[in-house]
Amino acid sequence: MRSMRDWSVRHARGLSRLYVVFEHLMVAVAPLARLIGHERLERPVAAVERRIKETLFDCRMCGACVLSSTGMSCPRNCPKNLLNGPCGGVRADGSCEILPGMTCVWVKAVEGDRNMGGGTIGLLPAGDHRLIRRSSWLRILRQRSKESAR
Amino acid sequence: MTGLRFPGTGPLNEGPAFPDMKSPGPIDPGAPLERLPGHSSRGRLERVLRAGEFAVTAELSPPDSANPMDVFERAAIFDGWVDAINATDGSGANCHMSSLGVCALLTRVGYAPVMQISARDRNRIAIQGDVLSAAAMGVTNILCLTGDGVECGDHPEARPVFDLDCMTSLAMLSTMRDEGTFASGRRLDHPPELFLGAAANPFAPPFDYRPLRLQRKIEAGAQFVQTQYCFDIARLERYMDRVRDLGLHERCFILVGVGPLASARAARWIRTHVPGVHIPDAVVDRLSRAADAREEGKRLCVELIQRIRDIEGISGIHLMAYRQEESVAWIIAESDVLKGRTPHAVRPVIPDYMRRKAWAKA
Repeated sequence: MRSMRDWSVRHARGLSRLYVVFEHLMVAVAPLARLIGHERLERPVAAVERRIKETLFDCRMCGACVLSSTGMSCPRNCPKNLLNGPCGGVRADGSCEILPGMTCVWVKAVEGDRNMGGGTIGLLPAGDHRLIRRSSWLRILRQRSKESAR
Repeated sequence: MTGLRFPGTGPLNEGPAFPDMKSPGPIDPGAPLERLPGHSSRGRLERVLRAGEFAVTAELSPPDSANPMDVFERAAIFDGWVDAINATDGSGANCHMSSLGVCALLTRVGYAPVMQISARDRNRIAIQGDVLSAAAMGVTNILCLTGDGVECGDHPEARPVFDLDCMTSLAMLSTMRDEGTFASGRRLDHPPELFLGAAANPFAPPFDYRPLRLQRKIEAGAQFVQTQYCFDIARLERYMDRVRDLGLHERCFILVGVGPLASARAARWIRTHVPGVHIPDAVVDRLSRAADAREEGKRLCVELIQRIRDIEGISGIHLMAYRQEESVAWIIAESDVLKGRTPHAVRPVIPDYMRRKAWAKA
């Protein structure tokens, strides 16, 4: 699905705008989600999320999506799991040191960042192993509804 | 100040870097130095760099051995020529004695090691524990790396860890030092006093992003960086232009990696097999034309050092002379990179039980 992944980076700006709209929608349905129960929603939502994001980004379901700050290039496709920029092993043609057939996900991220207007790549904290395979959308929904409750 | 010596050692580095060494007193080679104001470690490397000296570090490749003499012999080659010795951590994803072990041996006889930590093999629990151990054994300099992928090394079937990367490791160790807590927030009774470093590679794409990546590493806590092998001065100059524009050279000491190439064949092999090393064709051609390629490789290294020295914002060099460690002293002397300065010589006193005889097979 690499061609789709490349398409997403090329359309990083559009996708990030789409996501902002989507996040507003999520916040709107937050009370309903709370009514049904987040744990009950976990499996179906994760399944849908996985379908969509696998197609668009080769998503690995890390449960802590950071696509908006990585130029819409999923950093979990990096064989070294780099969350903060390209390693020193990127080959001269921009491909990965470990998977020579793949363009470095961070070379792509820098390209996506440029498409999004630049400056979106920041310093990301270390990942949380417990979130793997869980829904990132639900996590954000929970966060947002907690924020608005405050 | 002239002729200042420790009993039984060579001349000491003179000048402001070592003010407390005027009367050294009883000698304990492993004793930490006094921490100077504005310093975050008690190490020699931080002193040399903060004193504005052009620093020289060298890389020691840890032995495939359980014999401490193999470490001391490898370090002795650099004694009195370098300000710190890097002990690699499973470089190229190949198995060797651990960086922690090598550093612990080096500190007990008085060397200033740089412990490299690769995120490939250890998770955050192991890394934090190792850092406390290292600091307790006198290690003051720590270099955070992501590490080469396991696929590159001699155990490709091993499970890669990569719980953290270089950036998150740096942030975690800064927290340990500055906040006095583990990543979990739990308090440390005695935080480690560290001089934190990172690697940088100006010679790999995406080139425009590399200076920004350095900036991120500084934000995460890097106080010094050592770069990948430099064989392309033009590329380094472009990188440094941007680094100076961003003012990064004032926030971080930049040591440029250099090393002698043994032959044109070796150069070709390295650039195809070692991730991240860029060797221009002109360099390979020069080596293939030379009558004595090994000599030419050393000469080229000396020339590179002299040109690197003149670039504004560079604080030192990092010599990686893999399998040519014996040429390090010659290269340093010939390039006059120290400008008459003599780094601290250890002249190690090796405990009897560690000497080779005790380890020889009966």
